[in-house]
Amino acid sequence: MKIRKIESLNLVAHVVLALLSAASILPFLLLFISSLTDEAVILKNGYSFFPEKFSLEAYEYLFQQSSLILNGYKITILMTVLGTLLSLIFTIFLAYPLSRKELPFRNVFSFLVFFTLLFNGGLVPTYLMYTQIFHIKNTIWALLVPGLLMNGYNVIFARTYFQTNIPDAVIEAANIDGAGKFKTFRLIVFPLSFPIMATVGLFQAIAYWNDWYNGLIYLTNPKLFSLQNILNRMMTDIQFLASTNLGANSGSATAGIPTTGMRMAIAVIGVVPIIAVYPFFQKYFIKGITIGAVKG
Amino acid sequence: MASIKSCKSRKVWIDCIPYFLMMIPGLLYLLINNYLPMAGLIIAFKDVNFSKGLFNSDWAGFKNFQFLFGTSDALIITRNTILYNASFIVINTVVAVGVAILLNEITKKFLSRFYQSAILLPYLISMVIVSYLVFSVLSVEAGFINNSILPLFGKDTVMWYSEASYWPYILVLVNSWKGYGFFCIIYLASIIGIDKEYYEAAIIDGAGKWKQIWTITIPLIQPTIVMMVLLAIGRIFYSDFGLFYQVPMNSGALYDTTSVIDTYVYRGLLQLGDIGMSSAAGLYQSVVGFILVLAANLVVRKINRDNALF
Repeated sequence: MKIRKIESLNLVAHVVLALLSAASILPFLLLFISSLTDEAVILKNGYSFFPEKFSLEAYEYLFQQSSLILNGYKITILMTVLGTLLSLIFTIFLAYPLSRKELPFRNVFSFLVFFTLLFNGGLVPTYLMYTQIFHIKNTIWALLVPGLLMNGYNVIFARTYFQTNIPDAVIEAANIDGAGKFKTFRLIVFPLSFPIMATVGLFQAIAYWNDWYNGLIYLTNPKLFSLQNILNRMMTDIQFLASTNLGANSGSATAGIPTTGMRMAIAVIGVVPIIAVYPFFQKYFIKGITIGAVKG
Repeated sequence: MASIKSCKSRKVWIDCIPYFLMMIPGLLYLLINNYLPMAGLIIAFKDVNFSKGLFNSDWAGFKNFQFLFGTSDALIITRNTILYNASFIVINTVVAVGVAILLNEITKKFLSRFYQSAILLPYLISMVIVSYLVFSVLSVEAGFINNSILPLFGKDTVMWYSEASYWPYILVLVNSWKGYGFFCIIYLASIIGIDKEYYEAAIIDGAGKWKQIWTITIPLIQPTIVMMVLLAIGRIFYSDFGLFYQVPMNSGALYDTTSVIDTYVYRGLLQLGDIGMSSAAGLYQSVVGFILVLAANLVVRKINRDNALF
């Protein structure tokens, strides 16, 4: 009797989780299949899991207009790599001294980091500062700097990591041996900080890859648009690619564009890279969420 | 044992110069990205005039706030922000705890890993992509619901993007779909941390699975649940801009039920050019938000010091 009950809960768990997994995955499948559906069939039957006729015309059209998309890819990749690297440098170099007890005014500096988690100026002053004082509107800096580069959570997270994982004794020993602070960092702390850098780096890379907010706010020049910004623009303006062609074949016919299918195709182009690499980092992703939440 | 020299004496101050050098980039960034905008909040009391410069513009006193609270906007955006966040907190918590308990029942490691990855997938992607996914389902002409679901029930097509009354449900559903996996993983970690001996003792006492869940699992993960909920309550005045801006496609017909403080501030600043009104709304959010964070943290601290932010 008892055994049967256990089995029944296990069965319920499998059924519910299978349904929820399907609910998470099916929208992506619908997107993918719709992007491969013949335009006329979409207009007749709508986006569907079982279209009457497949076609590559949406992709062919996007391929013709690919200059902006390729440019967007380039910018997204550049920002992701550069942003993640800079973010790690800023975060680790701020977190490590904060973890050292001998740092003068340590509490003051810690509070300066911490206070940013509690209070912020919000969009209006941030926007006005960045555009009126630093003039980053329509520059590549707009995608790199505001909001994303470093955040207090990561700094505190890394500081806690250093405090708990690098024994004082090791650093003292290095000091006694006459190693300076930089040398100690390079030879001892840096090699020990790979786990924390991997976690922070992964989440920063995802944040940069996915960011559309900075582009929405600070950019109007399509040449600087990241992939997400292009997707964002095309949601409301499907002619966007044709009307802002970077390459030669401008003025190509705008009639007969498979717009309904193209909407799905452009989204597929945006989402495929991250889904393709997801299986390789999902383990660290899950682990990162768990440790990050234990102590922010 | 030689203790680390503290940097009290002058010599050791010099010793600590490398630390200060290391911190320069990070501190400069905080100054530019966080502290300057905080100082910039005084814009809300100004009558901004770009020809005079930001800080030299004339003072407006509380005029901007009088305008903001004189319209029904302030009430609508505050109501929407709080009601949406409250629904998100309740629904996400219930779903995430329930699913975490079910996940813990899965003994096959491979399957458990697969389910976790699947329900986390929506959390990984950007809100722009989510808006495309929602569009494929809700689009009036080509959407999956209008074309494949509603005809099955003999119902007419629905103009999803211009019917404000549906959006509270749609947004709650989309938010849950995207976000519950994250909380689920956190609760699962908390469940896995429970000492197995409790369950063994319960089985000896003849407690069934349901009884174990209600008398062991839920009470033991309750501290985690309380913390997560309190932290979310502290953020109840802030909303996920992407959810409310991207997913309804910024459709004007839906503003009544999709407008929150963050989208209001954005539209005021970048679409209407009304800096006074949007900076007033922004300051209102920053100040009330700050008070709520402090209050929530105070409560967390009362319950468990270790989980408090400070």
